[in-house]
Amino acid sequence: MSAEQRADLAISARGIEKSFKGLHVLRGVDLDVRAGSIVALLGSNGAGKTTLVRILSTLTAADAGTAMVNGFDVASEGRAVRSSISLTGQYAAIDERLSGRENLVLVARLRHVPDPRATADDLLRRFALSEAGGRKAGEYSGGMRRRLDIAMSLVGDPAVVFLDEPTTGLDPQSRGEVWETVRRLADGGTTVLLTTQYLDEAEQLAERIAVLHEGTIIQYGTLAELKRLLLPTEVEYVEKQPSLEDVFLALVGSGATTRGGSL
Amino acid sequence: MSTTFLTDTGVLTGRSLRHVVRSPDTIITTAVTPIAVMLLFVYVFGGAILTNAGSPYLDYMLPGILLMTIASGVAYTAYRLFLDLQGGIFERFQSMPIARSSVLWAHVLTSVAANLVAVALVIGVALLMGFRTGASVGAWLAVAGILALFTLALTWIAVIAGLGAKSVEGASAFSYPLIFLPFVSSAFVPTDSMPGPVAWFAENQPLTSIVDSIRALFVGQPVGGDLLTALAWLVVVLVLANALALTAYRRRRQ
Repeated sequence: MSAEQRADLAISARGIEKSFKGLHVLRGVDLDVRAGSIVALLGSNGAGKTTLVRILSTLTAADAGTAMVNGFDVASEGRAVRSSISLTGQYAAIDERLSGRENLVLVARLRHVPDPRATADDLLRRFALSEAGGRKAGEYSGGMRRRLDIAMSLVGDPAVVFLDEPTTGLDPQSRGEVWETVRRLADGGTTVLLTTQYLDEAEQLAERIAVLHEGTIIQYGTLAELKRLLLPTEVEYVEKQPSLEDVFLALVGSGATTRGGSL
Repeated sequence: MSTTFLTDTGVLTGRSLRHVVRSPDTIITTAVTPIAVMLLFVYVFGGAILTNAGSPYLDYMLPGILLMTIASGVAYTAYRLFLDLQGGIFERFQSMPIARSSVLWAHVLTSVAANLVAVALVIGVALLMGFRTGASVGAWLAVAGILALFTLALTWIAVIAGLGAKSVEGASAFSYPLIFLPFVSSAFVPTDSMPGPVAWFAENQPLTSIVDSIRALFVGQPVGGDLLTALAWLVVVLVLANALALTAYRRRRQ
């Protein structure tokens, strides 16, 4: 790969390996993510998705291999990497005993943002949490917690955002809201690497999909490229039945797009 | 590193102090057990206990009660740290560009503040029960200093427990032996009333020198060698616990 192509990469990993107590979780992962794109890391439970995200966000050290994030080495330039990224883990990492606004102000102070209060208010508005901003985050619904969690990750506009299973455990409505948020992020030029075990989530969001299986990335490409792997398509005529999700969303009468707020 | 360490620690300490202020029950429950023990010993057992000090029994046993207060109070630090680890906010902090050890220092400083409030509460009840001291301002400051150092040392032990815990109960279990340690010291009865090996342990364990120093400061007597022994113990435990806590903290990154 040429130098100018590399400069365009927000994430570039080569030969990443990691074992836990003799269990070889990652066996040489290579992954390039173009700046400003959304990439989904798809894999079943225990495939090592979270481990890879933790290595890229400097929480865990790799046993072998190198990784650059936003141009910085995760092993030797940890602090510069941490200044460029934010991580939203599988479980909403919010302080339940603080209000939504206080959570945002806390993160803004720690990121040394010039005006923490204004930043907090702005994010509350963008995530449709202005009214709930004064309430304790512990009283929020699952969807609201996830929105607050992602809002906290956007304080200080990090260049690269890692979302580890952002919609696991959410109801379909909240799920749609998160999807909308992720799309808007990428529209604004942020690079998003998200892990998921839901095929439709990868299909909906990602420009490119990386399939992590047994410790390596076995396929990496656009949805169309991945679908072409199974050509030729057999043409079958089936009656189109609405899925339960279609029915549910029709019944509760709320599309994700209308609830997503203005981000 | 130093400037962000100070501001980051300040911001994070503000956060956990807010937790304490929002659940004042943590301070009240910290003070309740020592106050109950104090009432029990003064009004039930006290009449039967002979101390050679000649002063009221309450004055004799208050230093031990104060140490007991702190020993039970630091358990909340392990608890709060464990909740941070469980909830994932700890990982959020670790993935941010902040001085890493400030996350621990914030909990430790909060512990010192919360425990000093609990100690003040217990001293307030003791004053209502008739505790009197002629201690000078300097002696009071020395007592506060010893108690703060004691809190720091025990809190770093609490940090080790909180980092290694697998459950909420496990996070605070370490404090039970610490709460009972004052009983096998000079805190409640003179050590020479105990049988040989127990007396030997009581005379040589750290709490006795700390209790004797505080007692001397309260009655305005010269503290002498006890204070040096007490400070030596406190510094050794503090340095050791701090080093172990930071090692455990770093090891979490694998």
